[in-house]
Amino acid sequence: MQIDPIELLVRALDLTILAYLREQFAEQPTALLIVNIVIVLTLATVPLLMVFVVGWTERKVLARMQDRIGPNRVGGRYGVLQMVADVVKMMTKEVIIPAGADRWAYLSAPVLAVMTSVLLFAVLPLAPAVIGVDLNVAVFYVLAISSVSVVAILLAGWGSNNKYALLGAFRSVAQLVSYEVPMILSILVPILLARSMSTIGLVEAQNIPFIVFVPVAALIFFVSSLAETGRSPFDLLEAESEIVAGFHTEYTGMYFGLFMAGEYIAIMFMCALFSTAFLGGYRFFGLEELTTTIMGYPFFVGNLIGAAALFIKSAIIFFVFMWLRGTLPRFRIDQLLNFNWKFMVPLSLVLLFTVAVLDKLIFVWFPDISDGGRALIHLASNFLIAAATIEILRRRIQRQRRALEPAVVAEATPDLEHAHAH
Amino acid sequence: MTGEQFVFLAVSGLTIVAGILVVTLRNLFHAALAMMLSFLGVAGIYITLGAGFLAAAQLLIYIGAISILIIFAIMLTRRMMQAQDTPFNSQAGAGLLTAVLSFILLVFVITRLWRNEIFDSPPEVPTAIMNQIVVQLGADFVSPDAYVIPFIVASMLLLAALIGAVYVAWPQVEDEA
Repeated sequence: MQIDPIELLVRALDLTILAYLREQFAEQPTALLIVNIVIVLTLATVPLLMVFVVGWTERKVLARMQDRIGPNRVGGRYGVLQMVADVVKMMTKEVIIPAGADRWAYLSAPVLAVMTSVLLFAVLPLAPAVIGVDLNVAVFYVLAISSVSVVAILLAGWGSNNKYALLGAFRSVAQLVSYEVPMILSILVPILLARSMSTIGLVEAQNIPFIVFVPVAALIFFVSSLAETGRSPFDLLEAESEIVAGFHTEYTGMYFGLFMAGEYIAIMFMCALFSTAFLGGYRFFGLEELTTTIMGYPFFVGNLIGAAALFIKSAIIFFVFMWLRGTLPRFRIDQLLNFNWKFMVPLSLVLLFTVAVLDKLIFVWFPDISDGGRALIHLASNFLIAAATIEILRRRIQRQRRALEPAVVAEATPDLEHAHAH
Repeated sequence: MTGEQFVFLAVSGLTIVAGILVVTLRNLFHAALAMMLSFLGVAGIYITLGAGFLAAAQLLIYIGAISILIIFAIMLTRRMMQAQDTPFNSQAGAGLLTAVLSFILLVFVITRLWRNEIFDSPPEVPTAIMNQIVVQLGADFVSPDAYVIPFIVASMLLLAALIGAVYVAWPQVEDEA
């Protein structure tokens, strides 16, 4: 087996090195195993290192939103090394295992939390040919893995031997299990439109990003991914300013750090998954297909553009995550569950049903419709659904107000109707 | 021994050891966790057999839903923090019967396939089918030639369970009298 060092360098520069090595060693099982292990290690390490960037960005942006400066000492005036300092601090802190804790459960929970987050990156397509593994059931795999993260929370809550941690875990699990339902139902919509469950298939089907087809599904997915990652306004379970920390109350040092890292990795993945499913992933006006030649070897410059496109799209979504955290107050637990079961789930069911029937009908009635026409029809139906939802909500809230303040509303209503009439 | 065999033995070992732990651990919560581990091993076996969809379904259903349900049931019905009950009860006879019947079933299945060509050369499934396996599954669920009736029966059962759950959870109306 001859590997040309220049070709290896070119492949390394355009990100296809892993696929290239896999191809080169396809005939040698042992070497292939080593290559695969290297791929796994790379895929697992990059998100962990990204936590430094993401954590610093969040602290800086959030600080600016709250009219503060944020980290500004460690590593120059922008405090870029603040997260490194924090990690060193957490590493050196004592890990305190509470008396009566269930050692196994207590110590394995944070590891499991990081593991389930890191495993998700296996199916994330960074660029046209750059993906850990192109499963044909990739989205299903993502859902399966994220359902395991519930176990980590239960382990942490129960293993801590602390009733507040246990209660926090119960509430976390209630939240995660509930919001999984609208998340699954809303990610089924792009799957339906793309006719594929593979993440590559999802991206390849988006000549027009699916957010143009089904903005309501995108919104539902976005809101449930906020809840799934426990972000504001759904962060009541570890509300920093009110209760201590929910299920990880008893965790100290790096074990607490692992939970934080797992959370950030899950957030990064959710942003990337949103970009992949609704914003066209690595696609950027066809530029992701560009190829040039360097020293006689094809150089897929499009891969770099694709990866940058995915990164920027995910960063925009993450900015919205931070923006919401900086501006919105928290839900109460009953509001959170009511919002899910009485609003998100019915809406996403109606949406899924509509899209399924409509998409079939479109292809029956207009067998050779262009993507633009298909997008317009779906967009129109989405607007109708959104308008109907808002109208139903308006009436419902009006009824609630009448029930709450009969006297006040009775006085106010004639005026309102009067005002409407003109 | 090839890598594949090694992985198969490892996940089978995990499944069996975790399965034994389920029935021998004194702490019921730990037993439930061991059961999760055992389910994980089964998912691993599915992966080594090339059934990715089945493995993901195993994770989603057995670990993500059923085990969580069991753990919740344990936590809500027992004083878990003190529970050190013995796992042995008076149902040894029924357990033995189940074990013997399962064993007979397995022996029956394996001996019928033993020295069959399926053992020596597993049939090659075309890549086209493997890539479209979920599509095929979905089509078969609603095809009158395949599984439409079991599918609808299962759906009705689930719907009934759903309605039943809503009914049970519905707040009881206070009697005026």
